[in-house]
Amino acid sequence: MNTNSKDNILQIKNLEKGFDQTTILNNLSLEVKKGEVVVILGPSGCGKSTLLRCINGLETIQNGEILLNGENIRESKQAMYAIRQKIGMVFQSYDLFPHMNILDNITLGPVKAQGRKKEEVRREAEQLLERVGLLDKVNAYPRQLSGGQKQRVAIVRALCMHPEIMLFDEVTAALDPEMVREVLDVMLELAKQGTTMLIVTHEMSFARAIADRIIFLDGGSIVEESEPEMFFTNPSTERARKFLDVFTFENVHNIETE
Amino acid sequence: MDIEVIQEYIPLYVEAAKLTLRLAIIGILGAIIVGLLCSIIRYYKIPIIHKIVGGYVELSRNTPLLIQLFFLYFGLPKIGIVMSSEACAIVGLIFLGGSYMSEAFRSGLEAIPKIQEESGLCLGLTRWQVVRSILLPQAIMISMPAFLANIIFLIKETSVFSVVALADLMFVAKDLIGLYYRTDEALFLLVVAYLIILLPISILFTIVERRLKRVAIGN
Repeated sequence: MNTNSKDNILQIKNLEKGFDQTTILNNLSLEVKKGEVVVILGPSGCGKSTLLRCINGLETIQNGEILLNGENIRESKQAMYAIRQKIGMVFQSYDLFPHMNILDNITLGPVKAQGRKKEEVRREAEQLLERVGLLDKVNAYPRQLSGGQKQRVAIVRALCMHPEIMLFDEVTAALDPEMVREVLDVMLELAKQGTTMLIVTHEMSFARAIADRIIFLDGGSIVEESEPEMFFTNPSTERARKFLDVFTFENVHNIETE
Repeated sequence: MDIEVIQEYIPLYVEAAKLTLRLAIIGILGAIIVGLLCSIIRYYKIPIIHKIVGGYVELSRNTPLLIQLFFLYFGLPKIGIVMSSEACAIVGLIFLGGSYMSEAFRSGLEAIPKIQEESGLCLGLTRWQVVRSILLPQAIMISMPAFLANIIFLIKETSVFSVVALADLMFVAKDLIGLYYRTDEALFLLVVAYLIILLPISILFTIVERRLKRVAIGN
């Protein structure tokens, strides 16, 4: 891979992160190109979520560099605030602000952090809400929405900041199965439009469909990095094969009759 | 009890009630501001200052207002700090109320999931913007029952203001008893005066709390 490539939006170099004695991320390097959809897979506790949180500066790091468009995200506190505006993040738990209606949830960041005009942001928010089918909820409060609807609003809230990259941290993990689809559809739509995305998920068929590249993480380092078809049909490492086996089931009845 | 005497005394109590209420309002507003600041300092554990604030909260909550007022009114002049009776009463009420308000707001802040703060930071908001737009509104909602209880508690505490020679309700009652031995009427009016002030507030607060429960926050 060409490390100096100009079209790299995100560059992570030799990232190290640990809590006390335990190492969470171990000498991890990764690049994401503009318009690329990278899906991070791995067993729980492998450092997937921590990686996303490091990119956003929610976690301190011990070593290494994280660059967004060539800018080090840890340059200064001021730079951090500015850079976070270019990184959209959606969490697993619904994290809308419960005391604000949907419109205020979406416009808070653009108006307060970016200093944009409320009227202009409101129009954009409404357009985005319409795209995810929630325009009628613009004045509703988060508690009046289902989990799937809340996640779609959370995605809109991040998009309204015009981020250069979107981070998704297991956004469907806390949803009822029936609501997973509506959220994933929104993400597929974003991928089609060329949004740069870094996605942590446990939805394997979704990962296969949306990813340009799969990163398989275990023990805080990248174990395997490949095209989705390659990864799911013929993983090159034993560890990845074992991981994927967990998601396939033997037919119980066949085993009993044999 | 003599109705005519009561009628005669009522204007005195109205004047005293006005003074009590004025001092209570100023003191409570001050206590809310001090409480908000202290709760934020303790929530973020701002180095050194949060230890000082912690000491203040313990000192304030574990000493009676009566003694705090004695200290302000009779103690401080010994080291050259002289305050008027009213100033002492207000400072005393803020000193006492600030710690109670601080603890109420802090419990509210701590009940907010960490992810709320992180979501705000992810939107590029500064720490202060996160506090103002996201944390404080929620903390105040969550701590509303404790907050309202504190207000009533502080209004009741004003009954010790007379020790710093303020002509508040308690002072008027004691005065009338001392001068005319009208104990029944004076005490009756004292109880009624506090009830007239506090009952409507109590009822109003109960309604506010019920409303809040109905629009219960939380995702």
